Amino acid sequence: MILEVKDLEVYYGSIRALQGISFYVQKGEIVTLIGANGAGKSTTLRTISGLLTPRRGEIFFQGQKITRMPAHQIVRMGISHVPEGRQIFPNLTVMENLLMGAYTRRNRSEIQESLEEVLNRFPRLRERAKQLAGTLSGGEQQMLAMGRGLMSKPTLLILDEPSMGLSPLLVEEIFEIIKSINQQGTTVLLVEQNAFMALQVAHRAYVLETGRIVLSGMSAEVQANPQIRSAYLGEVEA
Amino acid sequence: MEHFLEQVLNGLQLGLMYALIALGYTMVYGVVQLINFAHGDVFMVGAFLGYFGFAVWGLPLPVAILTAMVTCALLGVIIERVAYRPLRYAPKIAALISAIGVSLFLEYFSSLKFVFGPNYRVVPRPFPEVHWEIAGLSVTNIQVIVFVVVLLMLILLQLLIYRTKTGMAMRTVAVDHNAARLMGVNVDTTISITFAIGSAFAALGGVLYAIAYPQIHPFMGIMPGLKAFTAAVLGGIGIIPGAVLGALIMGQIETLTSAYISSQLRDAIAFAILILVLLFRPTGLLGRTETEKV
Ligand SMILES: Nc1ncnc2c1ncn2[C@@H]1O[C@H](COP(=O)(O)OP(=O)(O)OP(=O)(O)O)[C@@H](O)[C@H]1O
Ligand SMILES: [Mg+2]
Repeated sequence: MILEVKDLEVYYGSIRALQGISFYVQKGEIVTLIGANGAGKSTTLRTISGLLTPRRGEIFFQGQKITRMPAHQIVRMGISHVPEGRQIFPNLTVMENLLMGAYTRRNRSEIQESLEEVLNRFPRLRERAKQLAGTLSGGEQQMLAMGRGLMSKPTLLILDEPSMGLSPLLVEEIFEIIKSINQQGTTVLLVEQNAFMALQVAHRAYVLETGRIVLSGMSAEVQANPQIRSAYLGEVEA
Repeated sequence: MEHFLEQVLNGLQLGLMYALIALGYTMVYGVVQLINFAHGDVFMVGAFLGYFGFAVWGLPLPVAILTAMVTCALLGVIIERVAYRPLRYAPKIAALISAIGVSLFLEYFSSLKFVFGPNYRVVPRPFPEVHWEIAGLSVTNIQVIVFVVVLLMLILLQLLIYRTKTGMAMRTVAVDHNAARLMGVNVDTTISITFAIGSAFAALGGVLYAIAYPQIHPFMGIMPGLKAFTAAVLGGIGIIPGAVLGALIMGQIETLTSAYISSQLRDAIAFAILILVLLFRPTGLLGRTETEKV
């Protein structure tokens, strides 16, 4: 088990955004969290990566408790979180953004190696390496955010809505990239609005509704569930 | 004409000292979006420590300057830790009130007899003033020293911000604390470093100021502080080259106004120009009105 979340309860002030959720991710998997707007998906991810502190519950990463560990240390443990809305640094060049992704690493030749890998995976970024990241298009910014996330050489890559606002063609491309990142050994925890695509690439899925997990299982099972089909996959119940 | 050029040189000297202070305002604003109103008082503490260093304790001038810079760096870090950090994610007005409190505290605490004392002190020259005639212009060694030292500091700062990992971390913290944290940046440490650098610069400015305008007192930081703050806003708060540009402009306006219009109108005109610039360019001279990409 690479990630284990137990009874997580998270509040924003007096609002209980997560009402005690538990789930796990195994090594090598792509696991997806799906759910409607405001269900608590991003809150879950932000709590795992240390940006939010849970009121109750525990998070274990590779057997080690990381609950309440500061975010900047959690990155060093091997978790990389590509946040919702990309959050690239617009005032830094594309290259500097990528190097920021490797902020926790020291070995220059290894960083260079990762940089080559990322630039090969996202050739568009190589062309724009010297450009300020704020001038990139939405799709390029998403690639930069993912590339930056990979620069820390994470064991677990957390992606929050990587397909948001992208054209259908780019969405396909992003999901292909997620698949290939996973096949090369990185475990992925994926949050998506685009439940259809997410269920296509993920091995397992959890469905979140107002801060609770209401359904879980293999992607195929979840996809076959009639309620899910009507609520998230845009199909009308017969 | 020579007279005019000499005034420009005087304005340059003043502007460079404002630049040292303005950088602290703008750097701190960059990482925490807060106007550190105690910054002018850190400048004052720097001036006093420099004075004590070379005039009272008999330290060599460079050592006195370094002592002032290091002590003020520490002071800046403590101010942030005690007065600003607990309020960092509270409404801005809370931190602003806290900043004014720290400022008043430093001024009145320094005025106590067993601290710096309430009186003006005359600063003896740490070295004799020398006048040179260069192409018909009278240039002093103090002007040359200020010019060289400030230029050196600006280059060092530029290298730090654009060529080191710490500088890159500072630039990411300026964008978004959480995004920086996700990269592994310790935001608290980065903010402390920013306060340390800004305060050390203010201290250096303070010592140079005390050498150039040799009279110091516990409230001496207010006016230069306000002017430097104005300069930072004029150039575009949060933008480092903007602070330098704004400070150089402020120095010229002040000096030329005193020389050709009236020294009594000096401050009024300086601030009036600020108001005008802000009316027409609210983001400052180098500020961009950025439209965020989604
Ligand atoms: N900073 C905040 N302050 C207060 N409430 C918040 C905050 N962020 C999120 N919430 C609330 O917490 C709940 C969960 O939000 P969250 O962002 O985790 O949802 P989500 O599943 O990621 O939604 P989306 O698909 O729209 O991104 C929502 O009701 C939201 O309004
Ligand atoms: Mg979300």
